[in-house]
Amino acid sequence: MAGGAGLIRRAVLAFAGLLLAAALLAPYGAMLLTALKPEAELRITPPRLLPVTWRPQNFWTVLCDPEFQSWLRVSLVVAVASTALVIVAAVPAAYHTARHRFPGRGAFLFLVLVSQMFAPTALVVGLYREFFELGLINTYAALVLVNAAFNLAFAIWILRAFFASIPREIEEAAEVDGCGHAGALLRIILPVALPGIVTATIFAFIAAWNEYIVALTLMTDAGMRPLTVGITSYVTAYVQHWDLLFAASVIAIVPVVVLFALIEPYLVGGLTAGGVK
Amino acid sequence: MVVYPVLELVRASLGRYSITGLHRGWVGPRNYGRLLEQEALSTVVGNTVTWVVMVVAITIVISLGLAQLLNESFPGRRLVRWALIVPWAASLIMTSKLFVWLYDYYFGLVNRALSAAGLVARPVDWLGDDATVMGAMIAVGVFVSLPFTTYVLLAGLQTIPGEVYEAARVDGASGWRAYRSITLPLLKPALLVAAVLNLIYVFNSFPIVWTLNDRNPGFAHDTMITYMYKIAFKSALRDVGVAAALGVVNVGVILLAVIAYLRVARWREEPV
Repeated sequence: MAGGAGLIRRAVLAFAGLLLAAALLAPYGAMLLTALKPEAELRITPPRLLPVTWRPQNFWTVLCDPEFQSWLRVSLVVAVASTALVIVAAVPAAYHTARHRFPGRGAFLFLVLVSQMFAPTALVVGLYREFFELGLINTYAALVLVNAAFNLAFAIWILRAFFASIPREIEEAAEVDGCGHAGALLRIILPVALPGIVTATIFAFIAAWNEYIVALTLMTDAGMRPLTVGITSYVTAYVQHWDLLFAASVIAIVPVVVLFALIEPYLVGGLTAGGVK
Repeated sequence: MVVYPVLELVRASLGRYSITGLHRGWVGPRNYGRLLEQEALSTVVGNTVTWVVMVVAITIVISLGLAQLLNESFPGRRLVRWALIVPWAASLIMTSKLFVWLYDYYFGLVNRALSAAGLVARPVDWLGDDATVMGAMIAVGVFVSLPFTTYVLLAGLQTIPGEVYEAARVDGASGWRAYRSITLPLLKPALLVAAVLNLIYVFNSFPIVWTLNDRNPGFAHDTMITYMYKIAFKSALRDVGVAAALGVVNVGVILLAVIAYLRVARWREEPV
Protein backbone atom coordinates (compact mmCIF):
# COMPACT_ATOMS: atom_id res chain seq x y z
CA MET A 1 0.00 0.00 0.00
CA ALA A 2 1.30 3.48 -0.84
CA GLY A 3 2.40 5.70 2.03
CA GLY A 4 0.03 8.43 0.84
CA ALA A 5 -3.08 6.34 1.37
CA GLY A 6 -1.91 5.45 4.88
CA LEU A 7 -1.36 9.11 5.65
CA ILE A 8 -4.85 10.08 4.47
CA ARG A 9 -6.32 7.27 6.52
CA ARG A 10 -4.52 8.48 9.64
CA ALA A 11 -5.65 12.05 8.99
CA VAL A 12 -9.29 10.95 8.62
CA LEU A 13 -9.06 8.89 11.81
CA ALA A 14 -7.47 11.78 13.68
CA PHE A 15 -10.25 14.08 12.50
CA ALA A 16 -12.94 11.61 13.58
CA GLY A 17 -11.19 11.28 16.94
CA LEU A 18 -11.11 15.04 17.34
CA LEU A 19 -14.85 15.29 16.58
CA LEU A 20 -15.58 12.55 19.10
CA ALA A 21 -13.48 14.21 21.81
CA ALA A 22 -15.24 17.51 21.12
CA ALA A 23 -18.67 15.89 21.37
CA LEU A 24 -17.79 14.22 24.68
CA LEU A 25 -16.28 17.33 26.20
CA ALA A 26 -18.76 19.90 24.83
CA PRO A 27 -21.32 19.58 27.66
CA TYR A 28 -18.60 19.90 30.29
CA GLY A 29 -17.13 22.84 28.41
CA ALA A 30 -20.55 24.50 28.60
CA MET A 31 -20.57 23.68 32.33
CA LEU A 32 -17.24 25.45 32.85
CA LEU A 33 -18.30 28.47 30.77
CA THR A 34 -21.59 28.78 32.67
CA ALA A 35 -19.63 28.62 35.94
CA LEU A 36 -17.63 31.62 34.71
CA LYS A 37 -20.66 33.82 33.98
CA PRO A 38 -22.06 36.53 36.24
CA GLU A 39 -25.51 35.59 37.46
CA ALA A 40 -27.31 38.22 35.35
CA GLU A 41 -25.92 36.68 32.18
CA LEU A 42 -27.61 33.34 32.84
CA ARG A 43 -30.94 34.87 31.88
CA ILE A 44 -30.35 36.32 28.47
CA THR A 45 -32.07 35.10 25.34
CA PRO A 46 -30.89 33.84 23.01
CA PRO A 47 -28.33 32.23 25.33
CA ARG A 48 -24.64 32.78 24.64
CA LEU A 49 -21.98 30.12 24.92
CA LEU A 50 -19.22 32.47 26.07
CA PRO A 51 -19.58 34.87 29.00
CA VAL A 52 -19.65 38.59 28.12
CA THR A 53 -17.92 39.36 31.40
CA TRP A 54 -15.74 36.59 32.77
CA ARG A 55 -16.33 35.96 36.43
CA PRO A 56 -13.88 33.46 37.94
CA GLN A 57 -14.85 34.83 41.36
CA ASN A 58 -17.76 32.35 41.26
CA PHE A 59 -15.23 29.70 42.24
CA TRP A 60 -14.17 31.77 45.25
CA THR A 61 -17.79 32.33 46.23
CA VAL A 62 -18.32 28.57 46.24
CA LEU A 63 -15.09 27.74 48.06
CA CYS A 64 -15.84 30.33 50.75
CA ASP A 65 -19.45 29.21 51.17
CA PRO A 66 -19.65 27.52 54.61
CA GLU A 67 -22.32 25.15 53.28
CA PHE A 68 -20.07 24.06 50.43
CA GLN A 69 -17.27 23.50 52.94
CA SER A 70 -19.58 21.34 55.00
CA TRP A 71 -20.60 19.22 51.96
CA LEU A 72 -16.97 18.89 50.99
CA ARG A 73 -16.06 17.76 54.50
CA VAL A 74 -18.79 15.09 54.53
CA SER A 75 -17.77 13.87 51.06
CA LEU A 76 -14.12 13.66 52.04
CA VAL A 77 -14.78 11.89 55.35
CA VAL A 78 -17.10 9.37 53.74
CA ALA A 79 -14.91 8.72 50.70
CA VAL A 80 -11.65 8.41 52.68
CA ALA A 81 -13.10 6.27 55.49
CA SER A 82 -15.03 3.92 53.20
CA THR A 83 -12.02 3.54 50.91
CA ALA A 84 -9.76 2.71 53.86
CA LEU A 85 -12.28 0.14 55.03
CA VAL A 86 -12.47 -1.39 51.54
CA ILE A 87 -8.71 -1.74 51.20
CA VAL A 88 -8.20 -3.14 54.70
CA ALA A 89 -10.84 -5.80 54.03
CA ALA A 90 -10.10 -6.46 50.37
CA VAL A 91 -6.33 -6.99 50.45
CA PRO A 92 -6.36 -10.04 52.77
CA ALA A 93 -9.54 -11.40 51.18
CA ALA A 94 -8.10 -11.11 47.69
CA TYR A 95 -4.73 -12.54 48.70
CA HIS A 96 -6.31 -15.46 50.48
CA THR A 97 -8.64 -16.39 47.60
CA ALA A 98 -5.83 -15.98 45.07
CA ARG A 99 -3.41 -18.23 46.97
CA HIS A 100 -5.49 -20.82 48.77
CA ARG A 101 -8.25 -23.21 47.96
CA PHE A 102 -10.70 -23.52 50.79
CA PRO A 103 -14.19 -24.91 51.12
CA GLY A 104 -16.69 -22.33 49.97
CA ARG A 105 -14.14 -20.39 47.93
CA GLY A 106 -16.25 -20.69 44.79
CA ALA A 107 -19.37 -19.63 46.64
CA PHE A 108 -17.49 -16.71 48.18
CA LEU A 109 -16.23 -15.43 44.83
CA PHE A 110 -19.68 -15.94 43.36
CA LEU A 111 -21.29 -13.83 46.08
CA VAL A 112 -18.68 -11.13 45.58
CA LEU A 113 -19.36 -11.07 41.85
CA VAL A 114 -23.12 -10.88 42.32
CA SER A 115 -22.87 -8.13 44.91
CA GLN A 116 -20.85 -6.06 42.44
CA MET A 117 -23.90 -5.95 40.20
CA PHE A 118 -26.25 -4.83 42.93
CA ALA A 119 -26.03 -1.11 42.97
CA PRO A 120 -27.56 0.14 46.21
CA THR A 121 -30.34 1.78 44.18
CA ALA A 122 -32.75 -1.13 44.12
CA LEU A 123 -32.08 -1.82 47.79
CA VAL A 124 -32.44 1.73 49.00
CA VAL A 125 -35.75 1.14 50.78
CA GLY A 126 -34.24 -1.85 52.57
CA LEU A 127 -31.13 0.14 53.44
CA TYR A 128 -33.27 2.91 54.84
CA ARG A 129 -35.17 0.44 57.03
CA GLU A 130 -31.91 -1.13 58.19
CA PHE A 131 -30.30 2.14 59.26
CA PHE A 132 -33.56 3.51 60.62
CA GLU A 133 -33.80 0.59 63.02
CA LEU A 134 -30.11 0.85 63.90
CA GLY A 135 -30.61 4.56 64.61
CA LEU A 136 -27.84 5.48 62.17
CA ILE A 137 -29.74 7.88 59.89
CA ASN A 138 -27.66 11.08 59.47
CA THR A 139 -24.42 9.52 60.68
CA TYR A 140 -21.09 9.15 58.91
CA ALA A 141 -21.14 5.47 59.86
CA ALA A 142 -24.19 4.81 57.66
CA LEU A 143 -22.68 6.22 54.46
CA VAL A 144 -19.22 4.82 55.17
CA LEU A 145 -20.61 1.31 55.69
CA VAL A 146 -22.85 1.33 52.62
CA ASN A 147 -20.15 2.68 50.32
CA ALA A 148 -17.57 0.27 51.67
CA ALA A 149 -19.91 -2.68 51.26
CA PHE A 150 -20.80 -1.91 47.67
CA ASN A 151 -17.25 -1.11 46.54
CA LEU A 152 -15.67 -4.10 48.24
CA ALA A 153 -16.56 -6.48 45.43
CA PHE A 154 -14.71 -4.61 42.72
CA ALA A 155 -11.69 -4.20 44.98
CA ILE A 156 -11.52 -7.93 45.75
CA TRP A 157 -11.81 -8.90 42.09
CA ILE A 158 -9.16 -6.55 40.80
CA LEU A 159 -6.72 -7.32 43.64
CA ARG A 160 -7.22 -11.03 43.24
CA ALA A 161 -6.22 -10.76 39.60
CA PHE A 162 -3.02 -8.94 40.62
CA PHE A 163 -2.12 -11.40 43.37
CA ALA A 164 -2.84 -14.37 41.14
CA SER A 165 -0.51 -12.98 38.47
CA ILE A 166 2.45 -12.99 40.88
CA PRO A 167 4.24 -16.34 40.57
CA ARG A 168 4.21 -18.27 43.80
CA GLU A 169 7.90 -19.09 43.28
CA ILE A 170 8.89 -15.47 43.92
CA GLU A 171 7.21 -15.65 47.28
CA GLU A 172 8.80 -18.99 48.10
CA ALA A 173 12.24 -17.79 47.03
CA ALA A 174 11.93 -14.80 49.34
CA GLU A 175 10.96 -17.10 52.21
CA VAL A 176 13.94 -19.35 51.53
CA ASP A 177 16.19 -16.32 51.52
CA GLY A 178 15.13 -15.67 55.10
CA CYS A 179 12.38 -13.18 54.64
CA GLY A 180 9.82 -15.21 56.52
CA HIS A 181 6.23 -15.40 55.38
CA ALA A 182 5.21 -11.99 56.65
CA GLY A 183 8.40 -10.46 55.30
CA ALA A 184 7.79 -11.96 51.87
CA LEU A 185 4.29 -10.54 51.89
CA LEU A 186 5.39 -7.08 52.90
CA ARG A 187 8.57 -6.77 50.85
CA ILE A 188 7.78 -8.79 47.74
CA ILE A 189 4.07 -9.25 47.19
CA LEU A 190 2.66 -5.89 48.23
CA PRO A 191 5.05 -3.83 46.08
CA VAL A 192 4.31 -5.97 43.02
CA ALA A 193 0.59 -5.72 43.66
CA LEU A 194 0.82 -1.96 44.22
CA PRO A 195 -0.77 -0.93 40.88
CA GLY A 196 -3.75 -3.11 41.79
CA ILE A 197 -4.02 -1.56 45.22
CA VAL A 198 -3.81 1.94 43.74
CA THR A 199 -6.51 1.07 41.20
CA ALA A 200 -8.82 -0.37 43.85
CA THR A 201 -8.20 2.63 46.11
CA ILE A 202 -8.95 5.23 43.45
CA PHE A 203 -11.98 3.34 42.19
CA ALA A 204 -13.49 2.99 45.66
CA PHE A 205 -12.77 6.65 46.38
CA ILE A 206 -14.44 7.90 43.20
CA ALA A 207 -17.45 5.63 43.60
CA ALA A 208 -18.01 6.92 47.14
CA TRP A 209 -17.33 10.50 46.05
CA ASN A 210 -19.98 10.29 43.32
CA GLU A 211 -22.57 8.27 45.26
CA TYR A 212 -25.94 10.01 45.31
CA ILE A 213 -29.03 7.99 46.10
CA VAL A 214 -27.97 6.47 49.42
CA ALA A 215 -26.77 9.86 50.64
CA LEU A 216 -30.02 11.45 49.48
CA THR A 217 -31.97 8.88 51.46
CA LEU A 218 -29.93 8.42 54.62
CA MET A 219 -28.63 11.97 55.14
CA THR A 220 -31.77 14.02 55.69
CA ASP A 221 -30.05 16.58 57.92
CA ALA A 222 -28.72 19.55 55.90
CA GLY A 223 -25.45 19.56 57.87
CA MET A 224 -24.68 15.94 56.96
CA ARG A 225 -25.09 16.13 53.17
CA PRO A 226 -22.18 15.27 50.89
CA LEU A 227 -21.37 17.28 47.76
CA THR A 228 -23.55 15.30 45.36
CA VAL A 229 -26.68 15.98 47.41
CA GLY A 230 -25.65 19.39 48.74
CA ILE A 231 -24.94 21.14 45.46
CA THR A 232 -28.48 20.49 44.22
CA SER A 233 -29.65 23.07 46.76
CA TYR A 234 -28.03 25.80 44.61
CA VAL A 235 -30.90 25.28 42.17
CA THR A 236 -34.36 24.67 43.59
CA ALA A 237 -37.84 25.98 42.90
CA TYR A 238 -36.90 29.11 44.85
CA VAL A 239 -33.28 29.87 44.02
CA GLN A 240 -31.51 29.35 40.71
CA HIS A 241 -27.75 29.73 41.13
CA TRP A 242 -26.71 27.74 38.08
CA ASP A 243 -23.37 29.56 38.01
CA LEU A 244 -22.56 28.39 41.56
CA LEU A 245 -23.95 24.89 40.95
CA PHE A 246 -21.60 24.46 38.01
CA ALA A 247 -18.62 26.07 39.72
CA ALA A 248 -19.10 23.57 42.55
CA SER A 249 -19.53 20.72 40.03
CA VAL A 250 -16.31 21.63 38.23
CA ILE A 251 -14.48 21.64 41.57
CA ALA A 252 -15.90 18.19 42.34
CA ILE A 253 -15.35 16.68 38.89
CA VAL A 254 -11.83 17.77 37.88
CA PRO A 255 -9.87 15.87 40.57
CA VAL A 256 -11.75 12.61 40.01
CA VAL A 257 -11.28 12.78 36.25
CA VAL A 258 -7.53 13.07 36.77
CA LEU A 259 -7.52 10.17 39.25
CA PHE A 260 -9.68 8.12 36.93
CA ALA A 261 -7.29 8.65 34.04
CA LEU A 262 -4.51 7.13 36.17
CA ILE A 263 -6.32 3.84 36.68
CA GLU A 264 -7.96 3.61 33.26
CA PRO A 265 -5.68 0.82 31.97
CA TYR A 266 -6.77 -1.55 34.76
CA LEU A 267 -10.46 -0.75 34.98
CA VAL A 268 -12.12 -2.86 32.34
CA GLY A 269 -10.63 -6.13 33.56
CA GLY A 270 -11.93 -5.51 37.05
CA LEU A 271 -15.40 -4.35 36.05
CA THR A 272 -16.08 -7.28 33.77
CA ALA A 273 -14.81 -9.77 36.35
CA GLY A 274 -15.49 -13.34 35.37
CA GLY A 275 -16.27 -12.20 31.83
CA VAL A 276 -13.98 -11.34 28.93
CA LYS A 277 -10.34 -11.54 29.77
CA MET B 1 -23.89 -5.76 54.22
CA VAL B 2 -25.30 -6.45 50.77
CA VAL B 3 -27.49 -9.37 51.70
CA TYR B 4 -29.02 -7.87 54.82
CA PRO B 5 -30.85 -4.98 53.07
CA VAL B 6 -32.47 -7.57 50.80
CA LEU B 7 -33.84 -9.37 53.85
CA GLU B 8 -34.92 -6.06 55.33
CA LEU B 9 -36.60 -5.21 52.03
CA VAL B 10 -38.55 -8.47 51.97
CA ARG B 11 -39.52 -7.98 55.61
CA ALA B 12 -40.67 -4.42 54.92
CA SER B 13 -42.71 -5.58 51.94
CA LEU B 14 -44.74 -7.80 54.24
CA GLY B 15 -45.35 -5.16 56.90
CA ARG B 16 -47.63 -2.22 57.45
CA TYR B 17 -46.07 1.16 58.11
CA SER B 18 -47.30 4.50 59.36
CA ILE B 19 -46.55 7.59 57.32
CA THR B 20 -43.53 8.30 59.54
CA GLY B 21 -42.13 4.82 58.93
CA LEU B 22 -43.05 3.05 62.15
CA HIS B 23 -43.73 -0.64 61.87
CA ARG B 24 -47.40 -1.35 62.57
CA GLY B 25 -47.65 -5.11 62.29
CA TRP B 26 -47.81 -7.62 59.48
CA VAL B 27 -50.04 -7.68 56.45
CA GLY B 28 -48.60 -10.58 54.48
CA PRO B 29 -48.72 -10.25 50.72
CA ARG B 30 -51.25 -7.40 50.74
CA ASN B 31 -48.64 -4.79 49.82
CA TYR B 32 -48.06 -6.66 46.57
CA GLY B 33 -51.79 -6.53 45.87
CA ARG B 34 -51.83 -2.81 46.52
CA LEU B 35 -48.83 -2.37 44.26
CA LEU B 36 -50.74 -4.04 41.43
CA GLU B 37 -53.70 -1.73 42.06
CA GLN B 38 -51.58 1.37 41.43
CA GLU B 39 -52.81 3.03 38.24
CA ALA B 40 -49.36 4.25 37.28
CA LEU B 41 -47.82 0.77 37.39
CA SER B 42 -48.37 -0.19 33.75
CA THR B 43 -47.03 3.18 32.52
CA VAL B 44 -44.02 2.83 34.78
CA VAL B 45 -43.25 -0.70 33.59
CA GLY B 46 -43.60 0.45 29.97
CA ASN B 47 -41.26 3.39 30.62
CA THR B 48 -38.73 1.08 32.22
CA VAL B 49 -38.70 -1.23 29.21
CA THR B 50 -38.37 1.70 26.77
CA TRP B 51 -35.65 3.32 28.87
CA VAL B 52 -33.54 0.17 29.30
CA VAL B 53 -33.93 -1.21 25.77
CA MET B 54 -33.34 2.10 23.99
CA VAL B 55 -30.37 3.19 26.09
CA VAL B 56 -28.64 -0.19 25.90
CA ALA B 57 -29.29 -0.70 22.16
CA ILE B 58 -28.21 2.80 21.07
CA THR B 59 -25.20 2.73 23.40
CA ILE B 60 -23.97 -0.55 21.98
CA VAL B 61 -24.35 0.50 18.35
CA ILE B 62 -22.47 3.77 18.89
CA SER B 63 -19.85 2.09 21.10
CA LEU B 64 -19.09 -0.45 18.38
CA GLY B 65 -18.05 2.42 16.14
CA LEU B 66 -16.11 4.19 18.88
CA ALA B 67 -14.25 1.03 19.91
CA GLN B 68 -13.32 0.40 16.27
CA LEU B 69 -11.97 3.94 16.00
CA LEU B 70 -9.97 3.70 19.23
CA ASN B 71 -8.54 0.34 18.16
CA GLU B 72 -6.73 2.09 15.29
CA SER B 73 -3.60 4.12 15.89
CA PHE B 74 -3.76 7.79 14.94
CA PRO B 75 -2.33 11.02 16.28
CA GLY B 76 -4.31 12.26 19.28
CA ARG B 77 -5.70 8.87 20.31
CA ARG B 78 -4.51 9.47 23.86
CA LEU B 79 -6.57 12.69 23.94
CA VAL B 80 -9.72 10.91 22.75
CA ARG B 81 -9.34 8.25 25.43
CA TRP B 82 -9.00 11.00 28.02
CA ALA B 83 -12.13 12.73 26.72
CA LEU B 84 -13.99 9.43 26.90
CA ILE B 85 -13.17 9.17 30.59
CA VAL B 86 -14.85 12.43 31.56
CA PRO B 87 -18.55 11.42 31.37
CA TRP B 88 -17.63 8.18 33.15
CA ALA B 89 -15.76 9.77 36.05
CA ALA B 90 -18.05 12.76 36.55
CA SER B 91 -20.79 12.38 39.13
CA LEU B 92 -24.05 11.34 37.46
CA ILE B 93 -26.09 13.82 39.42
CA MET B 94 -23.86 16.68 38.27
CA THR B 95 -24.04 15.55 34.65
CA SER B 96 -27.83 15.28 34.97
CA LYS B 97 -28.12 18.80 36.39
CA LEU B 98 -25.90 20.00 33.55
CA PHE B 99 -28.29 18.54 31.00
CA VAL B 100 -31.32 20.08 32.74
CA TRP B 101 -29.63 23.42 32.10
CA LEU B 102 -28.62 22.61 28.51
CA TYR B 103 -32.17 21.43 27.70
CA ASP B 104 -33.73 24.56 29.21
CA TYR B 105 -36.57 26.04 27.13
CA TYR B 106 -35.43 29.68 27.27
CA PHE B 107 -31.75 29.60 28.21
CA GLY B 108 -30.57 26.18 27.08
CA LEU B 109 -27.86 25.77 24.48
CA VAL B 110 -29.55 22.72 22.92
CA ASN B 111 -32.39 24.82 21.53
CA ARG B 112 -29.93 27.55 20.58
CA ALA B 113 -27.71 25.14 18.64
CA LEU B 114 -30.64 23.40 16.94
CA SER B 115 -32.30 26.62 15.82
CA ALA B 116 -28.96 28.02 14.63
CA ALA B 117 -28.57 24.87 12.55
CA GLY B 118 -32.14 25.33 11.27
CA LEU B 119 -33.26 21.99 12.72
CA VAL B 120 -36.11 23.37 14.83
CA ALA B 121 -38.35 26.30 13.91
CA ARG B 122 -39.14 27.26 17.50
CA PRO B 123 -37.65 26.20 20.85
CA VAL B 124 -38.71 22.82 22.22
CA ASP B 125 -39.54 22.36 25.90
CA TRP B 126 -37.48 19.16 26.03
CA LEU B 127 -38.13 18.28 29.66
CA GLY B 128 -41.66 19.66 29.93
CA ASP B 129 -43.28 18.19 26.83
CA ASP B 130 -44.57 14.65 27.30
CA ALA B 131 -43.47 13.78 23.78
CA THR B 132 -39.81 14.63 24.30
CA VAL B 133 -38.97 13.89 27.96
CA MET B 134 -38.18 10.21 27.45
CA GLY B 135 -36.07 10.90 24.36
CA ALA B 136 -34.15 13.61 26.19
CA MET B 137 -33.49 11.26 29.11
CA ILE B 138 -32.43 8.43 26.80
CA ALA B 139 -29.91 10.74 25.09
CA VAL B 140 -28.28 11.49 28.45
CA GLY B 141 -28.42 7.81 29.42
CA VAL B 142 -26.55 6.90 26.23
CA PHE B 143 -24.03 9.71 26.73
CA VAL B 144 -22.98 8.46 30.17
CA SER B 145 -23.04 4.75 29.19
CA LEU B 146 -20.78 5.14 26.15
CA PRO B 147 -17.41 5.21 27.95
CA PHE B 148 -17.75 1.94 29.87
CA THR B 149 -19.30 0.12 26.91
CA THR B 150 -16.63 1.37 24.51
CA TYR B 151 -13.89 0.22 26.87
CA VAL B 152 -15.39 -3.26 27.19
CA LEU B 153 -15.74 -3.61 23.42
CA LEU B 154 -12.23 -2.22 22.92
CA ALA B 155 -10.88 -4.87 25.30
CA GLY B 156 -12.75 -7.44 23.21
CA LEU B 157 -11.34 -6.09 19.93
CA GLN B 158 -7.81 -6.25 21.28
CA THR B 159 -8.12 -9.98 21.87
CA ILE B 160 -8.69 -10.60 18.13
CA PRO B 161 -5.29 -11.47 16.63
CA GLY B 162 -4.21 -9.52 13.54
CA GLU B 163 -3.44 -12.73 11.62
CA VAL B 164 -7.16 -13.43 11.33
CA TYR B 165 -7.51 -10.33 9.16
CA GLU B 166 -4.43 -11.22 7.15
CA ALA B 167 -5.99 -14.58 6.35
CA ALA B 168 -9.27 -12.92 5.43
CA ARG B 169 -7.50 -10.52 3.07
CA VAL B 170 -5.78 -13.42 1.36
CA ASP B 171 -9.21 -14.98 0.94
CA GLY B 172 -10.50 -11.73 -0.59
CA ALA B 173 -12.65 -10.51 2.30
CA SER B 174 -12.11 -6.95 3.40
CA GLY B 175 -13.93 -3.91 4.69
CA TRP B 176 -17.53 -4.42 5.75
CA ARG B 177 -17.51 -8.10 4.85
CA ALA B 178 -14.48 -8.82 7.01
CA TYR B 179 -16.10 -6.84 9.81
CA ARG B 180 -19.37 -8.76 9.60
CA SER B 181 -17.98 -12.23 9.16
CA ILE B 182 -14.90 -11.96 11.40
CA THR B 183 -14.98 -9.08 13.85
CA LEU B 184 -18.59 -9.34 15.00
CA PRO B 185 -18.57 -13.11 15.67
CA LEU B 186 -15.26 -12.89 17.53
CA LEU B 187 -16.54 -9.90 19.46
CA LYS B 188 -19.66 -11.74 20.60
CA PRO B 189 -18.47 -12.57 24.13
CA ALA B 190 -17.51 -8.94 24.78
CA LEU B 191 -20.78 -7.74 23.24
CA LEU B 192 -22.84 -10.02 25.48
CA VAL B 193 -20.97 -8.95 28.58
CA ALA B 194 -21.35 -5.27 27.65
CA ALA B 195 -25.06 -5.74 26.93
CA VAL B 196 -25.94 -7.50 30.16
CA LEU B 197 -23.82 -5.27 32.42
CA ASN B 198 -25.38 -2.21 30.77
CA LEU B 199 -28.81 -3.73 31.22
CA ILE B 200 -28.14 -3.94 34.95
CA TYR B 201 -26.59 -0.47 35.23
CA VAL B 202 -29.27 1.26 33.15
CA PHE B 203 -32.11 -0.48 34.97
CA ASN B 204 -30.56 0.63 38.26
CA SER B 205 -29.96 4.16 37.06
CA PHE B 206 -31.53 6.76 39.30
CA PRO B 207 -30.04 10.28 38.97
CA ILE B 208 -30.85 10.89 35.28
CA VAL B 209 -34.55 10.05 35.41
CA TRP B 210 -34.85 11.59 38.87
CA THR B 211 -33.30 14.91 37.83
CA LEU B 212 -34.51 15.41 34.27
CA ASN B 213 -38.07 14.42 35.13
CA ASP B 214 -38.11 16.53 38.28
CA ARG B 215 -40.48 19.21 36.97
CA ASN B 216 -43.21 16.86 35.88
CA PRO B 217 -45.92 15.90 38.35
CA GLY B 218 -47.20 12.34 38.66
CA PHE B 219 -45.45 9.23 37.43
CA ALA B 220 -45.86 9.56 33.64
CA HIS B 221 -42.12 9.31 32.94
CA ASP B 222 -40.83 7.34 35.92
CA THR B 223 -39.02 4.04 35.79
CA MET B 224 -39.52 1.26 38.34
CA ILE B 225 -36.56 2.59 40.33
CA THR B 226 -37.64 6.23 40.61
CA TYR B 227 -41.26 5.16 41.10
CA MET B 228 -40.22 2.99 44.05
CA TYR B 229 -38.34 5.92 45.52
CA LYS B 230 -41.29 8.25 45.11
CA ILE B 231 -43.71 5.78 46.73
CA ALA B 232 -41.39 5.39 49.69
CA PHE B 233 -40.27 8.93 50.33
CA LYS B 234 -42.06 11.52 48.20
CA SER B 235 -45.58 10.78 47.01
CA ALA B 236 -48.89 11.26 48.80
CA LEU B 237 -48.88 7.49 49.28
CA ARG B 238 -45.63 7.49 51.33
CA ASP B 239 -45.96 3.80 51.91
CA VAL B 240 -42.81 1.92 52.82
CA GLY B 241 -44.61 -1.42 52.51
CA VAL B 242 -45.74 -0.91 48.91
CA ALA B 243 -42.37 0.62 47.96
CA ALA B 244 -40.61 -2.38 49.47
CA ALA B 245 -42.85 -4.70 47.48
CA LEU B 246 -41.76 -2.92 44.29
CA GLY B 247 -38.19 -3.06 45.60
CA VAL B 248 -38.43 -6.84 45.86
CA VAL B 249 -39.70 -6.97 42.27
CA ASN B 250 -36.76 -4.78 41.17
CA VAL B 251 -34.28 -7.01 42.95
CA GLY B 252 -35.89 -9.97 41.17
CA VAL B 253 -35.40 -8.27 37.79
CA ILE B 254 -31.73 -7.61 38.58
CA LEU B 255 -31.24 -11.19 39.77
CA LEU B 256 -32.56 -12.46 36.43
CA ALA B 257 -30.11 -10.14 34.64
CA VAL B 258 -27.27 -11.34 36.87
CA ILE B 259 -28.07 -14.96 36.07
CA ALA B 260 -28.06 -13.99 32.38
CA TYR B 261 -24.67 -12.34 32.90
CA LEU B 262 -23.21 -15.40 34.56
CA ARG B 263 -24.41 -17.50 31.65
CA VAL B 264 -23.02 -15.25 28.91
CA ALA B 265 -19.79 -14.71 30.81
CA ARG B 266 -19.62 -18.49 31.38
CA TRP B 267 -18.55 -17.77 34.91
CA ARG B 268 -16.57 -20.46 36.53
CA GLU B 269 -14.01 -20.59 39.24
CA GLU B 270 -10.69 -19.96 37.58
CA PRO B 271 -7.81 -22.23 38.54
CA VAL B 272 -5.25 -20.63 40.84
